[in-house]
Amino acid sequence: MRYPAHSARHFGSQVLQLMHDTGHAMYMLLEAVCFTRYVFTQRSRHEIATQMFTTGIKSLAVITVVALFTGMILALQTGLELRRYGQEVYIGSAVAVSMIREMGPFMTGLIIAASVGSAIAAQIGTMVVSEEIAALEVMSINPNRFLVMPRLVALVVMMPILAVYTNILGVLGGAVVGTTQLGVSVQAYMDNAMQFATNKDLYVGLFKAVVFGIVIATVSCHQGFMTSEGAVGVGKATRRAVIISFLVILVLGYMITRLFYI
Amino acid sequence: MIRFENITKVLGGKTVLDEISFEVGEGETVVIVGLSGAGKSVTLKHMIRLMQPDAGKVLIDGEAIGDLGRTALQAVRTKFGVLFQSAALLQWMSVEDNVALPLREHTKMDDGKIEQLVAEKLRLLNLSDTGDKFPADLSGGMRKRVGLARAIIMNPKIMLYDEPTSGLDPVTSRHIDNLIVDMRKELGITSVVVTHDLHSALSIGSRIMMLHQGQIVENATPEEFIHSKNGTVQAFLESQYITKKGKWETGLNHE
Repeated sequence: MRYPAHSARHFGSQVLQLMHDTGHAMYMLLEAVCFTRYVFTQRSRHEIATQMFTTGIKSLAVITVVALFTGMILALQTGLELRRYGQEVYIGSAVAVSMIREMGPFMTGLIIAASVGSAIAAQIGTMVVSEEIAALEVMSINPNRFLVMPRLVALVVMMPILAVYTNILGVLGGAVVGTTQLGVSVQAYMDNAMQFATNKDLYVGLFKAVVFGIVIATVSCHQGFMTSEGAVGVGKATRRAVIISFLVILVLGYMITRLFYI
Repeated sequence: MIRFENITKVLGGKTVLDEISFEVGEGETVVIVGLSGAGKSVTLKHMIRLMQPDAGKVLIDGEAIGDLGRTALQAVRTKFGVLFQSAALLQWMSVEDNVALPLREHTKMDDGKIEQLVAEKLRLLNLSDTGDKFPADLSGGMRKRVGLARAIIMNPKIMLYDEPTSGLDPVTSRHIDNLIVDMRKELGITSVVVTHDLHSALSIGSRIMMLHQGQIVENATPEEFIHSKNGTVQAFLESQYITKKGKWETGLNHE
């Protein structure tokens, strides 16, 4: 009879821990948002520019490849089905609407969570282990202002830009498949894409990208700060940051779509 | 200056500090020694509220720091400089930027004045030619000295040293010892040093306090410490080949 009681206690403590961690992460986010009033100080500007470079420019190569192939796969799969009904001319709208509404911000979120989010968690985790965070606190430098705020601002600014870049490349990738594999002219593909994609799709997609940027910054920084157990702990924090970011991006992506389209 | 009143701390079910009380007076250099896991670093972290006690009070200049708000705590922390065991330098910043960080964050000094003060501290610690290097390019001893330069850049009243000589060769260790003594002599800084290097402790301390199983088993001057009747202290002295015969010669000028 001890086993169910033990399990219930374990489950209860896990739920409490989850609530505690979520509260802690929300407090950290709130404080970082308050510190955005320092965005234009010389030191913050420099750090934000560095983080924007890391988030944006250094991620361009992988985003380019993923976006192109996402558009190509979408076009090919949809186009093959549409061709059965002689409607392959509609692949432009299928690719554009899918990319702008969902796949653009979603793929960008996953790539940035895996590359930038993991790097943030690893860096802050290493700083915890090597007492650099403690040193900041002793020097009365708030880590949320010094570390979290610049990363949050950089991700919030760069995510929509990267999502638009992903959308454009995805649509172009679809055009390549449409013209070379499905016999749809570029003009027809583009006309169809422009006809069905609305401003609302673009705004909702950009909104998602901003939300995903906030999620990645919050989860990655928080997991970094929670690091313990030395180098092993840094590895665990990095893994947790990526997994939690993926899950939250998926769930929030669905919720935002439901909010705006149903 | 620093007062611990019946401090108890339990970590992972183990009582690391068990109702310990002591005081560090102005201008003193108190060295806390003990075996690994004796609670030396935990004691140090309580002084700057990086840890909170489970029971008891820590007072800095008569002010209990346990319930202070963020602003008041920051004011208390400005009295301290801390040299961490790993030096805790920010890896992406150059030596100069690391040392200048507290000035840039807490003062409105212009860049010229900051550069001048940083150069002064680096010169004091024989680091003049390392300003543009990064922590990864420095040896362990140099990193500790950069950490020390950063710790004293705001002219603290109290310096805390966490294992300042661990992982260093004997020559560099004695150099760091000299620097700690110089800090007290030239800047009048009150110091608390955590170490398990008794040679270092006896050389730099005006008082030595030994922690064992959560208790203070000895709190005495270096001379009294090496003549202590306490069995734990005697075993600790013998483990580092320090005997009671004759006066302890430090080679350092305490004045």
